[in-house]
Amino acid sequence: MGEWTFIALLFIISLILPAVPIIAGRLLGPRKPNPLKNSTYECGVETVGDTWVQFKVQYYIFALVFLIFDIEVVFLYPWAVAYHQLPLFGVVAGIVFIVTLAEALIYAWRKGALEWV
Amino acid sequence: MIDFLTLTIEAAIKAALMILSLLTGFAYTTLLERRFIARIQQRVGPNRAGPWGLLQPAADGIKVIFKEDIIPNGADKVIFTLAPALTAIPALIILAVVPLGGDVNVFGYRTSLALTSTNVGVLYILAVTSISVYGITLAGWSSANKYAMLGGLRSTAQMISYELAMGLSILAPVMVVGSMSLADIIDAQKNVWLVVYQPIAGLIFIITMYAETNRAPFDLPEAEQELTAGFHTEYSGMKFAAFYMAEYMKMIGVSVIAATLFFGGYRLFGLENLLGGWMGPVILIGKVMLSLLLFVWIRATLPRFRYDRLMDFGWKVLLPIALANAAITAVLVVLDPWWYRLI
Repeated sequence: MGEWTFIALLFIISLILPAVPIIAGRLLGPRKPNPLKNSTYECGVETVGDTWVQFKVQYYIFALVFLIFDIEVVFLYPWAVAYHQLPLFGVVAGIVFIVTLAEALIYAWRKGALEWV
Repeated sequence: MIDFLTLTIEAAIKAALMILSLLTGFAYTTLLERRFIARIQQRVGPNRAGPWGLLQPAADGIKVIFKEDIIPNGADKVIFTLAPALTAIPALIILAVVPLGGDVNVFGYRTSLALTSTNVGVLYILAVTSISVYGITLAGWSSANKYAMLGGLRSTAQMISYELAMGLSILAPVMVVGSMSLADIIDAQKNVWLVVYQPIAGLIFIITMYAETNRAPFDLPEAEQELTAGFHTEYSGMKFAAFYMAEYMKMIGVSVIAATLFFGGYRLFGLENLLGGWMGPVILIGKVMLSLLLFVWIRATLPRFRYDRLMDFGWKVLLPIALANAAITAVLVVLDPWWYRLI
């Protein structure tokens, strides 16, 4: 418990560092807004169309593949820590798991989920 | 109760010192980068503020704090303001679990040079790296600027892709040592650095740490020629400085983690015990400096990746190699041949 209290303490102290300069910058800096200055930058001309549009689907496919793999990688960590005490069955089970991961990667690859066009 | 209070005060002092040293480290890393890159390009670099330009970071800080803070009209104001803080905080707290030295005496009080020694240190590092993706994504989205949006999304896709290879490359040393505590990982490297046992994992970690910090040759999110300034196009004043700060603090953070996982941490063949243990942090700072110089050198040397090649490299080269390395390490550790024995 104690160690996480200290991390929480560090977190609270670390909130100060970005907050104080940003607030100080707001107080000390000039504030002279005008419509031209506040408009969205887009290579010199006025911005065309909406920014928040439907986006390329490939990003979401990568995100989904990432989600699956990231969780499975985290599952491997307890196994790696207990590795020296595991019986042979546990070792083989872990290696089968890694092979399954590799198979999933090959599947996604062949299905074209990893193509960036 | 009294004991807990003492420990809490001790931790508060350590936390404040850690943040202050990161801040100083950040300020002088910017100067180091500008001076070193200037030398590589046959220039002099900033040398006017103070002797050898040593006051340049202070001058930059004072200048940026007096700059106007602009929020563009279309932006989501709350997220636009929170995003810089959300990027800076993970960079500040990532080193909480890393031992920066052994035990030392401070005015007769014996303490260790680590904020805390949790037994899931590696998981903590992975978790905090994941959080740092959010700040950049939200910054890009909330600006309501097309360049920022593209930069933020590119950055997200890049960071999550390289995070996988990073996670798998840390898995191998954890397997060799049999512990997720960074103190144990450093202790296992008393005689031989882990990079000797895990050269492939070490190389993958070093490559992914450039991608995770968005540094050249993986600085796609802020590719000037195509995206202006990427996710921080609309940011100005101190909020821009917060992104800048987060980037350099992340560089220091990943350098410390790379040194800890693969290059012996604060240990260097028993030299860390000199000066009553105070040599340990000095050795660590030396290793981090070398890593930062490599960061700058690579930025000055290598051209930027093309985006599709970057994604291909992460998913089709690094990830399969990291997976294979994990499997091979598992087999090697279980067979334990004579040439693969720690210590």
